Amino acid sequence: MAEKKAKAKDQVVAKEAEIKTVPFRGGGFKIRSIRTIAPFVFIVIIAFWEFGSQTGLISNLVLPAPSEAFGALRELVESGMLVVHLSASLKRLIIGWSCGSVLGIIVGLLIGLFPLARAGMSPLVSAIFPIPKIALLPLFVIWFGIGEGSKVATILFGTFFPTVITTYGGVDNVDRGLIRMGQSFGLSWFSIVRKIILPGALPAILSGCRISASIAIILLVAAEMIGAEFGIGAYILLAGSLFATDQLVAGVAILSTMGLIFAWLIGRAEKYFLNWRT
Amino acid sequence: MDLHLKNISHNYGEVDVLKNIDLEINHREIVCVVGPSGCGKSTLLRFIGGLEQPARGKVVQIGAAPEDSLNPLTYIFQDFALLPWRTVIGNISLALEDHGLSALERKSIIENVLARTKLSDFRNALPRQLSGGMKQRVAIARALSVKPAVMLMDEPLSALDSQTRELLMDDLVDLWSREGFTACYVTHNLNEAVQLGHKIVVLSRRPGCIREIVDIDIPLDQRKNYINELDQKQMQLWALMRDEALAADQELING
Ligand SMILES: Nc1ncnc2c1ncn2[C@@H]1O[C@H](COP(=O)(O)OP(=O)(O)OP(=O)(O)O)[C@@H](O)[C@H]1O
Ligand SMILES: [Mg+2]
Repeated sequence: MAEKKAKAKDQVVAKEAEIKTVPFRGGGFKIRSIRTIAPFVFIVIIAFWEFGSQTGLISNLVLPAPSEAFGALRELVESGMLVVHLSASLKRLIIGWSCGSVLGIIVGLLIGLFPLARAGMSPLVSAIFPIPKIALLPLFVIWFGIGEGSKVATILFGTFFPTVITTYGGVDNVDRGLIRMGQSFGLSWFSIVRKIILPGALPAILSGCRISASIAIILLVAAEMIGAEFGIGAYILLAGSLFATDQLVAGVAILSTMGLIFAWLIGRAEKYFLNWRT
Repeated sequence: MDLHLKNISHNYGEVDVLKNIDLEINHREIVCVVGPSGCGKSTLLRFIGGLEQPARGKVVQIGAAPEDSLNPLTYIFQDFALLPWRTVIGNISLALEDHGLSALERKSIIENVLARTKLSDFRNALPRQLSGGMKQRVAIARALSVKPAVMLMDEPLSALDSQTRELLMDDLVDLWSREGFTACYVTHNLNEAVQLGHKIVVLSRRPGCIREIVDIDIPLDQRKNYINELDQKQMQLWALMRDEALAADQELING
């Protein structure tokens, strides 16, 4: 009797199993933008940190409370020094990064297009790329002077090499079929480069810009270590040497914000220039 | 303008790809090239259009291309080769931009080919928004825009589903009946070959040489009425190719 019941139950289970919907397995790897999450994460972390500082869970010696850092930031704004520091830093960043990127794109294209340039320059690039540019800073000071020259040069060199490498990688990856198509329609060499190779390499070039922008901000602080009166990096280093940790955190927050803004701008550029991508 | 392939042979390193190919492509004639996979059909087509040079032999052009032909030898590629960042109009315009035409002239040519390929409604679409058949129509429009003397087509329909293929075949037959273009059409589809070809060249397996040239005299636009004759031709072609295809297959397994 019990056996029969079990069997009947089994059959019912089997029947139920037969009509279940096919499980969905296709999700997970699609890139979607969820806009509200990022600010939420930031707010939660900062709130937790503030809470920890207020209750004494995080000692003030270890890490200043966000409110203190915010106070330092307000002081900076009110004294008018923020504009001074920020403009000094932005000037170095923008000149260094844009010159480094433009030169890097040019050299990357040369390496991508001409076998002779590739043979001559790509080993050189590989040899110099891994050298930390910070190590060369004293040399830059000798070569370009203690003023703006050495700082811009550090950022320029730091962004130049990764841009070269991503650019010629991008040129190498342009669909050969499209180039062949251009040749088959009798396009000039220059047309093929401008209308097929450059747009084809643009995705790689833009993601190279993303990387080099971060590198530029990292190097900014390093470059402002020597002989800089103004600049976010100089401000952070001064705060650090005085153990004014609230100012230090405020400065770091400014750097992060700069990074976020750069990333956003490049994201916009990608949306605009690469709207043809699937 | 006629083309004459004179005794073409080619090797890639150790591998002989083509051997003693001698072939004429006459004005207003569609020459279909069929053969087993890897026998050098695409390579041959690259030689005809001057994208690559054969190791021995040469391709000669007999008679001048028509005055108004902007690009006498024009390809239609299997994978369409459209620039993904340009719209339909932009892709067609690409082929015209290096020929010193005024913007107005370019525009009128583009409008004309769009109408002929029934693409006028899609002029501003990007390739990613188009279906496969539509993309190939854009590629055909681009080829027509430069007024080719000879069209070189490398399996132009093989990336498409069979219904779309039929539709595009009809388009090509229409086009030929109206304008009578010259073409070299590479395919592995014997049915396409008998529907389009005036002359069907059967290549042997690698190294590819000409096994036979089959002529079909029925006018293109009447072929739909001669299904039996075409079937027979197709059977004849298949009989020729069967052993070659089989041998080519074995070769891959053994080698
Ligand atoms: N650039 C190249 N370098 C070396 N070998 C090549 C090159 N191009 C083609 N081959 C070889 O030449 C042979 C013929 O190639 P081809 O593409 O012309 O064949 P096919 O007849 O078009 O084949 P399919 O029907 O598969 O398109 C193949 O074995 C291929 O591997
Ligand atoms: Mg091929």
